[in-house]
Amino acid sequence: MLKQFAAYVVFNLFGLEPGTHLGEAMNFFIYDTVKVFLLLTVIIFFVAMIRSYFPPERTRRILSRERQYLGNGLAGLLGIVTPFCSCSAVPLFIGFVESGVPLGVTFSFLISSPMVNEVALVLLLGLFGLKIALMYVGTGLLVSVIAGIAIGKLGMEKYVQDYIYQMKVGSAEIPQQKFREKVQYARDYTKDLLKRIWPYVLVGIGVGGFIHGYVPSDFLIKYAGPGNPFAVPVAVLIGVPLYSNAAGTIPIVQALMGKGMPIGTVLAFMMAVTALSFPEAVILKNVLKMRLLLVFFGIVAVAIVGVGYLFNAIL
Amino acid sequence: MKIEVLGMGCANCNKLYQNVLEAVKMSGKEIEVTKVEDIKKIMGYGVLSTPALAIDGVVKVAGKVPKAEEIHGWIK
Repeated sequence: MLKQFAAYVVFNLFGLEPGTHLGEAMNFFIYDTVKVFLLLTVIIFFVAMIRSYFPPERTRRILSRERQYLGNGLAGLLGIVTPFCSCSAVPLFIGFVESGVPLGVTFSFLISSPMVNEVALVLLLGLFGLKIALMYVGTGLLVSVIAGIAIGKLGMEKYVQDYIYQMKVGSAEIPQQKFREKVQYARDYTKDLLKRIWPYVLVGIGVGGFIHGYVPSDFLIKYAGPGNPFAVPVAVLIGVPLYSNAAGTIPIVQALMGKGMPIGTVLAFMMAVTALSFPEAVILKNVLKMRLLLVFFGIVAVAIVGVGYLFNAIL
Repeated sequence: MKIEVLGMGCANCNKLYQNVLEAVKMSGKEIEVTKVEDIKKIMGYGVLSTPALAIDGVVKVAGKVPKAEEIHGWIK
């Protein structure tokens, strides 16, 4: 039905000729725009509702009872549904560690939370299909679990800033919202988020539409295609200093995929951009000593490179 | 009455601070509004997500930015 709508708008209202580059590109653009924004609205709202049942205080309670392995998996999953913004990373980290959540489990949470989220899921779903969206979520979780376990195994507790262990965390009862208030918040949240990300999404779809309608060049294939074994680590190295949320990476991801870069390389790039960044390093420096900070970035980067190779190998 | 805005100075913390000021103006009352940016004090409240808002030492909301009207409802 959306397809007919897009075709009607482009070929009847705009009067473009079917079969022409411009016509096909416009058709694709309108169809994708409507589809992606519908998906975004529905899923962001839905996820915001789920999230209202998992405030970080509750997540902390759940995780403080868990040990390694199972705890890492659970932390990765909870990272998806617990609302998180990088400005809360410090109090969250302190609260987790102080209440006895193992360090590695805390890291699993800190990795999965920014990387695996509803916006990434929707955009990948809308633009590349269910398979790639699920693969992103699955391997994002995998990266968070592996990196968390590795950090836990290294026994790096002494490389957490000393003051954290002396901190006394109060136990405020944050008032629970009523259902009606939750709906209200979810609605506002959806509106706010859409307002913030729509330009990136439009550009992303536009880039995709453009490539769809025109001939892709094989410039990138030559340097970053399946033939180059270093493409994945290079993509991750480029991605780490860049800072963006999942929505912001979509235009680049669209362009790279359209130019024929293999999916593993592209997803590795996207993960590196969302999971690791300079601003995040600056924030985490408040709670981590340099050594642990470097280990954290190193392990996550290696795990992401591994995922990139894995995807390139199996697809 | 005193209102504390808890947060280490992120964009949302400033937004919340503005909303609080607006709510105070609406209420027409003399209310002391302070920004609490010291992480030790923030943690003392048991808050894990910022920005958060405490009225007379009681945490009202954490990890969200309530609208001015909503805050007004708590202080009037």
